[in-house]
Amino acid sequence: MNKTETVENKLTDLKKTLAYYETFSCVQCGYCLPACPTYQTMGKETHSPRGRINLVKMTAEGKLTNLNLLADSIDKCLGCRACETACPTGVRYGKIYESAKSLLHLREEESSPSKGWKNILLHSVIPNKKRLNRLANFVWFYQKSGLQKIARHSGFLRLLPNHLGEFEALLPTLPSPVERAKRPVRFPAQGKPKYRVAFFTGCVMDAIFEKINRLSMQLLQKAGCEVVMIEGETCCGALHAHTGDLETAKQLAKQNITAFEQAANREPLDFIVNNAGGCGAMLIEYDHLFRGDPEWEPRARTFVEKTRDISQVLTMTGPLPIVKQTNQKKEVVTYQRSCHMTNVQKVTKEPLQLIRSIPGIELREMENPDKCCGSAGIYNIVNYNESMDILDDKMSTVKNTGATTIITTNPGCLLQMKMGIIREGLQDKVRAVHLVELLAEACGIEI
Amino acid sequence: MTQFQSKLLDEIKRIISDQRRVLWEEHDLYSYSFDASFGTYLPDVVVQPVTTDEVVKLVKFANQYKIPITPRGHSTCLSGGPLPVQGGIVCDMSKMNQKLLIDEEDLVAIVSPGVLTSQIHKAAEEKGLMYPPDPSSSGVSTIGGNLAENSGGPRGLKYGVTKDYVIGLEVVTPEGEVIRTGGRTVKNVTGYDLTKLIVGSEGTLGIITEAILRLIPKPPASETLMAIFDDLVDSGRAISKVLSSGILPSKLELMDQASIAAVENYEPCGLPTDAEAILLIEVDGHPHAVADEIASVREICKQVGAREIRMAKNDKERQELWKARKLVSPAIAKIKPTKISEDATVPRSKIPDMFKRLKEIRAKYNIDLVVFGHAGDGNLHPNIIADKRDKEEMRRVEQAVSEIFAAAIELGGTLSGEHGIGTMKAPFMEMELGTVGLEMMRRIKKAWDPNNIMNPGKIFPEPGQKLVLTDE
Ligand SMILES: Cc1cc2nc3c(=O)[nH]c(=O)nc-3n(C[C@H](O)[C@H](O)[C@H](O)COP(=O)(O)OP(=O)(O)OC[C@H]3O[C@@H](n4cnc5c(N)ncnc54)[C@H](O)[C@@H]3O)c2cc1C
Ligand code: SF4
Ligand code: SF4
Repeated sequence: MNKTETVENKLTDLKKTLAYYETFSCVQCGYCLPACPTYQTMGKETHSPRGRINLVKMTAEGKLTNLNLLADSIDKCLGCRACETACPTGVRYGKIYESAKSLLHLREEESSPSKGWKNILLHSVIPNKKRLNRLANFVWFYQKSGLQKIARHSGFLRLLPNHLGEFEALLPTLPSPVERAKRPVRFPAQGKPKYRVAFFTGCVMDAIFEKINRLSMQLLQKAGCEVVMIEGETCCGALHAHTGDLETAKQLAKQNITAFEQAANREPLDFIVNNAGGCGAMLIEYDHLFRGDPEWEPRARTFVEKTRDISQVLTMTGPLPIVKQTNQKKEVVTYQRSCHMTNVQKVTKEPLQLIRSIPGIELREMENPDKCCGSAGIYNIVNYNESMDILDDKMSTVKNTGATTIITTNPGCLLQMKMGIIREGLQDKVRAVHLVELLAEACGIEI
Repeated sequence: MTQFQSKLLDEIKRIISDQRRVLWEEHDLYSYSFDASFGTYLPDVVVQPVTTDEVVKLVKFANQYKIPITPRGHSTCLSGGPLPVQGGIVCDMSKMNQKLLIDEEDLVAIVSPGVLTSQIHKAAEEKGLMYPPDPSSSGVSTIGGNLAENSGGPRGLKYGVTKDYVIGLEVVTPEGEVIRTGGRTVKNVTGYDLTKLIVGSEGTLGIITEAILRLIPKPPASETLMAIFDDLVDSGRAISKVLSSGILPSKLELMDQASIAAVENYEPCGLPTDAEAILLIEVDGHPHAVADEIASVREICKQVGAREIRMAKNDKERQELWKARKLVSPAIAKIKPTKISEDATVPRSKIPDMFKRLKEIRAKYNIDLVVFGHAGDGNLHPNIIADKRDKEEMRRVEQAVSEIFAAAIELGGTLSGEHGIGTMKAPFMEMELGTVGLEMMRRIKKAWDPNNIMNPGKIFPEPGQKLVLTDE
C-alpha cells in the first residue's frame, strides 16, 4: 500500500483513527470547564474540553464533516490536560486530543506536504542534535558578534513571521561552542554515593538552556548521585506528538529507549532524570505510545519505570547542602507549575518541598497556580494572540503575589514567564528562573 | 449558512455589538447542542448577551418573529432543560457574570445569572456567611441554572433548596419586558409570589437577569460520622430514628452495596464490601450542641444495629469520610459509560418501601442499578448504568425508568426532587399532576408566553410523547 492510500483510508475510517470509544466516557457534566484556560479566555464551549470531545465524536460519526472547523477547536487547545485532573469520571482527554491532532496532521500532509517553517523545525532541526548544536552555536555567534545589536536596532526582527522577533529577546546568553564541547560525560557523586542516574538532556533544553542542564547535573552530583549522559539520546518527541505526528514521536521514542538500554547494559542505572516538565510527561507516557506492541510496550515500560523528574530525585537524596545565608532580606517567590508535570506526571509535592527548604525565601502562591501559562510547546508561536491572552491573565495573578522571582520547571514555561515579565514592563523588578537555578544558587553552585 | 440564519444574523448582529458573541458556524452549533442528559439538537445561532438590555432586545426580536429562544447556563442539566429542541436561538447566559455583591447588613447577595454557584459560596464565606444550597455541580453550574431548576443538594435536609433563599429577581419576560419580583426583604406578601413561580420554571417563563439571594450566618462547627450496616432496612430505621429524635443533621447521605463495591473497585477506601449500606451523617451548629448531637446520633445508630461506626476527629478525617461518597459517581461510570441519573423522591417514611421497589425493578429488567444520595430528605438517587450503544439494553432501561417514576408517585412522592422535568420527564407529568393540574400549568405558560417562544418543548408533553434514551 502506498502512503497516500493509507492516508485516505485513515481519513475515511474516522471512527478508527479518532479515539471514538474514549469519547463515550465523557458524561458531559462540564466539571472541566472552569479548569480550562482556553474556555476562560475564548469564552465558548467550542474551545472547552467538553466541546472538543463532542466535536471529535461528531466528526467520527460523520456529522461534522468540515475538518477545518474541527481544527479551529483542536488547534486552539493547549494540551495542558488540566481538564483530565478536573474530570470526575477519568476521561482520557490526552488520547482523544492526540487522535484528533493526528487526523488533522494526516490531512495536512495530504493537502500540502510542503515544508513550512513548522515542519522544518520539527523534522529537520529538533530531532537532530548536530543541527540543534549548530543552531545554538549560530545564536551564540549572533549574540557575541554584534549582529544581535544590529538586528535589534534595524527593526529587522519585527519582520520575522509569527512574532518570532519577540521571542528572540528572551533567549538567554548561550555558552560558546568551546565551553559546550568541554562538558564532561560523567559527573562523579560527591559525598556518599546514593544513586547512579542517567541524565536526559533533551533537545531544546540542551541547545538553549544548556546552563540549566549543567546546573542540574552538578546539583545531582552534590546530592550524592553519579550522573552519566546517555549516548545516542534524542528529542523526547513531545512536540511531534502534540502536533499529531505520532510516527515521528514513535521513532524518537525508540531511539531513546534503545540508547538507554545500551547505557544500562554497560552499568546499572537507578533512574533516568529529566528537568523539563513537558519532556518528562512524554517520557512517562512512552508505554501508552506503544500500547499493544508486543516488542516495544514492555521495553517502553522499563524505561517509564526508571523515569523521574529531577525534583523527585533531589527529595529522595535528602536535604540539599544549602549554603545560602539566612540574614539577607527575604526574597518573595511564586511558583508557576508546569501543566504536564502537574497533570500528567502528577509531580506536585516535591518542587514545593524543595522551594520551602531554602532559607530566606517566602513562597506566595498565586491564584489558580495550576493554570497553564499559555506556552504549551509551540502554541505561543502558532497561536500567538490566544497565548498572550492567557499569559496576561496569568501575569495579573503573578503580580498580585508581589513576588520578585517566578519559579518554573519547564523551558517553555520559563520563556513564557520571561515574555510575561517584558509585557508587564517588570524587567527591573522580577526575574524568572528554573527551579534548578534557584536550588543551585542556594547551594552555591556556579558555572 | 442557511437562509434562516442569514436573515437572523443581520438583525442579531445589530443587537449584539460584539460579533464574537454571536456564534453560527457548524462546530459552534454542535457545541451548544447537548447537556448532561440525552439528545443532540442544533440551534440556528448562539448568542452570548452580557447586559439586561441585550437580553431584552434579543427576546423582543425572537418574539416578533416567533423564533424559539432557549436560555442556557453551563448546560449541566440532567433533564434536557437547555436543549434547543426546536432550534432557533440558544441564549448563553454564562457570560453575564459581572455582579456578585455581598451585603452584610441586609444579609443578601446580589448576583448576575452567569455567576457560578461556588463563587457565591466563596464570597459569602469570606464574610462569615453562608449560601446553603449546594448542588454537587456547584463548581460549574450557574446561579441562573440553579434558579431555573430550583436545585438542591445534600444540605437540603436542614437548610432547604434554592427557592428557600431567593427573595427577589429581575426577569425578562417572553415578550421582552423587564420585571422585578420580590425585593430585598425576607417578608414580602405583595401580590402573587412571582419569584417562586419563576424559580423552577426551567427557562420557560422568562430569562433571569439578576437575583437577590438570602444568606445566613455560617455555622461555626460541624461533626461527621460514618455508620456501616449489614442490613439496608436497619439503615432506613436509623434514618427515621435520628430524624425523630429532635436532631436535624445538615447532611444525611446513603450508599448502597453496589455503590460501596464500585468505590472499592475504583479506589480502595477501606469500606467493607459485604455491608448493605453506609450512612454518612453530618451535624453543624454551635460547637457544644454539635458535640452533643453527634454523640446522640452515634448512640442511635448503635442501638439500631450498626456494625461499625467511624467518627472523624479532625478536618482531614472528615474529608476522608466524605471522599467515599464523592467517589461514587466516577466509580460507577467505570462500570459502563452511560449513566442515567434519576432523582425520584419519596416521603421519608417511605424510604424502605422505595428501596424494596427499586430492588424488584433491578431484577425485573436485569439492569445495573445503584442507589445513593440524599437519603435524609427522601431524595434517593437511583442511577442506572448502561451503554448507550446497546439499543436493546437502553429499551429495558427506558421501561425501568418509567417504573421507577410510577413507584415514586404511588408512594406519595414526586418525579423529580431537584433535576427538573425538561424533555426527559415530560411524558410523566400527567401521572403526577393529573389532567387539571397539568392544564392549569399550561394556562400559566400561555399567559406568560403567548407565542410559545421561550424554551418550547419542555415540561409539557407533546401528545404521545415517550421517554427515549437512544439517539436515533
Ligand atoms: C455531575 C452532576 C451533578 C449534579 N448534582 C446536582 C445536585 O446535587 N443537585 C441538583 O439540584 N442538581 C444537580 N445537577 C444538575 C444541574 O447541575 C443543575 O440543574 C444546575 O442548576 C444546572 O445549572 P446550569 O448552569 O448548568 O444550567 P443549564 O443546564 O444550562 O440550564 C438548566 C435550565 O435552566 C435554564 N436557565 C439557565 N439559565 C437561565 C436563566 N438565566 N434564566 C432562565 N432560565 C435559565 C435553562 O433553560 C435550563 O432549562 C447535577 C448535574 C451534574 C452533571
Ligand atoms: S488540555 Fe487544557 S486547553 Fe485543552 S481542553 Fe484540556 S484544559 Fe482546555
Ligand atoms: S469533566 Fe470529564 S466527563 Fe465531565 S464534561 Fe469534562 S471531560 Fe466530560
